[in-house]
Amino acid sequence: MTGWSRRKFAPVQMSFGALCALSLLVGASTRATAMTGVGGANGSGIHGSDRDGRADTQPRALYAEFLRRYGGSSGFGNEKHFDGGTTLAVHSSSVIPAFARKYGLPCSACHTSWPQLNNFGQVFRDNGYRLMNERDSPIDHAPGYWPIAARITPHFRVDRTTNQPVDAVPGDPTSGFAERAITQTGFDLSGLDLLMIGTLSNNISFGLIPSSDNQGSFHLEAAYVRFNDLLSSNWANLKVGKFELDNIVSEKRELLLSGNGGFYQSYHFVPAGVLVASPDPTLPASPVPDGTSFGLGDNQLGAEFSGHSVNSYTRFSVGLFSSTDGEVGLQQGSGFDAAVALSQAFEAGSLGLERIGVFGYRGNRPTTFATLNGQPVPGTWDGNKSFYRAGVAGDLYLGNLELLPLYMRASDDVALATAGGGQPFPPQPVPVGARSPVWNAAFLEAHYFVSHQFVAMGRHEVIRVATQTLPEFPSDLGNVDATAVGFRWNPFMLSRTGLALHGEYAWTSTTGLPPLSGLGSGAPPNDLTTRVKSSSIFLALDFAF
Amino acid sequence: MHLQTRPLRVTIVASALLLTIGGARTALAQMAQGAGDPHAGESAYNRNCIGCHGPQGDGRGENAQWIEPKPRDFTEALFKCRSTPTGTLPTDNDVEQAITRGFVTTNMPSWRPLTEETRRNLVAYIKTFSPKWTTRPAGTPIVIPAETPVNVESIIRGRQLFQKMECWKCHGPAGHGDGPAASALTDSKDQPIRPYNFSTGTRFKCGSTNADLYRIFMTGLDGTPMPSFVDQLKPNDAWDLVHFLRTLQPAQSPEAILWAPYHRAHAAELPPIGADAATPPPT
Repeated sequence: MTGWSRRKFAPVQMSFGALCALSLLVGASTRATAMTGVGGANGSGIHGSDRDGRADTQPRALYAEFLRRYGGSSGFGNEKHFDGGTTLAVHSSSVIPAFARKYGLPCSACHTSWPQLNNFGQVFRDNGYRLMNERDSPIDHAPGYWPIAARITPHFRVDRTTNQPVDAVPGDPTSGFAERAITQTGFDLSGLDLLMIGTLSNNISFGLIPSSDNQGSFHLEAAYVRFNDLLSSNWANLKVGKFELDNIVSEKRELLLSGNGGFYQSYHFVPAGVLVASPDPTLPASPVPDGTSFGLGDNQLGAEFSGHSVNSYTRFSVGLFSSTDGEVGLQQGSGFDAAVALSQAFEAGSLGLERIGVFGYRGNRPTTFATLNGQPVPGTWDGNKSFYRAGVAGDLYLGNLELLPLYMRASDDVALATAGGGQPFPPQPVPVGARSPVWNAAFLEAHYFVSHQFVAMGRHEVIRVATQTLPEFPSDLGNVDATAVGFRWNPFMLSRTGLALHGEYAWTSTTGLPPLSGLGSGAPPNDLTTRVKSSSIFLALDFAF
Repeated sequence: MHLQTRPLRVTIVASALLLTIGGARTALAQMAQGAGDPHAGESAYNRNCIGCHGPQGDGRGENAQWIEPKPRDFTEALFKCRSTPTGTLPTDNDVEQAITRGFVTTNMPSWRPLTEETRRNLVAYIKTFSPKWTTRPAGTPIVIPAETPVNVESIIRGRQLFQKMECWKCHGPAGHGDGPAASALTDSKDQPIRPYNFSTGTRFKCGSTNADLYRIFMTGLDGTPMPSFVDQLKPNDAWDLVHFLRTLQPAQSPEAILWAPYHRAHAAELPPIGADAATPPPT
């Protein structure tokens, strides 16, 4: 996701620089109150980041400024509204016309509907972006060939989120909170993805994806080298760098794009962690998020060993990643996560290819650190606590109908769950009675391919929290219901460029928490039982060349 | 802007349900039709093949102008890789194998990632491009006898045949595809065509096994200058030639492993291949 995965779900305690900045900005005396107004997370607004570096003396504004400048957590794991107003969840995804140019194949050869891969594209990817026709090495192609493509998505959108807290008196942060629906309507732009993926030699591949938000601020979404066919076997490949997890259902290649539909809630959800008192004594305490910084859809930094059968019907991968959720700099010290994925496909006659698989991710995040003069010391984070995500997924075909089911169970250690309470510095003790939260997530996504140029799609996704972090939380706090429907029409299908007319309507309902989309103010409602509804209408010209 | 979303949601969900039901019905209909459905093949063709082979199957897709060698013209119903005698139509299995295998060192990849059903459907659709498929039966596959033992003697005999049959005139003395006639070769559409260069790859265009190579000698590659040698080569001779050609490839084949030390020890005794060959080879 353009400009999204870079910062998304990076909790406050994960960014050392941000912590230091926060402490400098806010100061010890104001720090506590700076975090109490969870609604302050909306300080950046929804029309784009304030990048002039101004600091406000008001605690909520300071927190907002901190979030704007350092990409900290918004409170519930979604920072898209801090990302230059990029409420669009357009991906840093790999739809790569450069490959089509290199090999002369139309987009539809590798993609069901770009950017989603079909099995031919999956095999191509598993082979290190090689067709295995002994014409894969750069030396086999004209010197003028340059493996680069770009993707951007101008669009018109209407995004609306209910029950968003705002100052009762505009401009007066002491006036208390009121709730209102917030609607954005107009033309907008996605970020830009520059996709450079190819071969360095016959058996060594690479990927480099600089990606910007919609204001042109770039980061490295992916950068890796892959050694293919070690020991002359397609069962042994090693990839090192920053790249997408080997998810059976790829978020980077999903077809839906809108603010509410353009990501999998399951991949990024974290439940409520603790309650923090509101500065408005007339209002109840607000929940703040579980502090685990992890997104199954986020690119991670590490190494992956993978293998596949010739036609990729059997696939596996095991990975070892730094416990940074893909953030560079290793500012928090040492820690490693592990990932595993295994899937098997089989042919079902005219129904098509059916794939089922399992996946698991076990990670660690630090909870303590050393300080110098009261300030955290880089690289000294310690006290790792674990979390896991595990589930089953599939890619099933009924002729022209494709179904993508997923079920996942997840849990975070109680120390992590309560560490995101807006007060990571210094660490807070685990509240009495707190438990490790557990939740279940599932979705079913359907694509109906009317032709190779037109696809109708829909998804329904649910998240149910099985064990709340605090016993006093309502049992349905944080539950999510999300639905999206849409279409993509490619008026032409060339082996050089791609253009899709994209229409989508998505809506999300969350209980007591803001939507993961970050639309609206991105803040929780005033009551833990309020269902916040967020919807997106999205019409776009999605093109790549 | 306040959205009246409930009616819109109902409409959209209902539409999605209809699409889902429609998709399932289509799938069930496809199941009932069985293998080799040209209608389903057309869909797969438009998705995967049309860019090179063109909407009419005439090899004039939008990308053909950039491709060498040119994509196959299905309207001619001429196929290089067959199990059937020269001048006959290939079997469905031959065409499916070509789709599955791809053509090494060309733009035609292996379509093995497609399901077997899809590949069969593609074959059915490709056959609609030429009326020959409705007026003539496919040829009868040739019989490939058991392979003779691989030994140095067989390789030497194959080397002699490579000279005698003038294979070198196109493929070059070392099998590099640079024989004296190579530059003038054209295919059935008068397009320049290069002889196979044995040193560049580990696979042949029509397969990777010795039997595949044997088959090429006996069936020829229709539409190319490579003729059928079924009337010139006895089966044992063909196997000898196969064994020699394997030594020209970079792969560590059994033939190459046998031949390398012999060649190092006896290189001076072996007559040259090509126009300069003057003396009969040692026996």
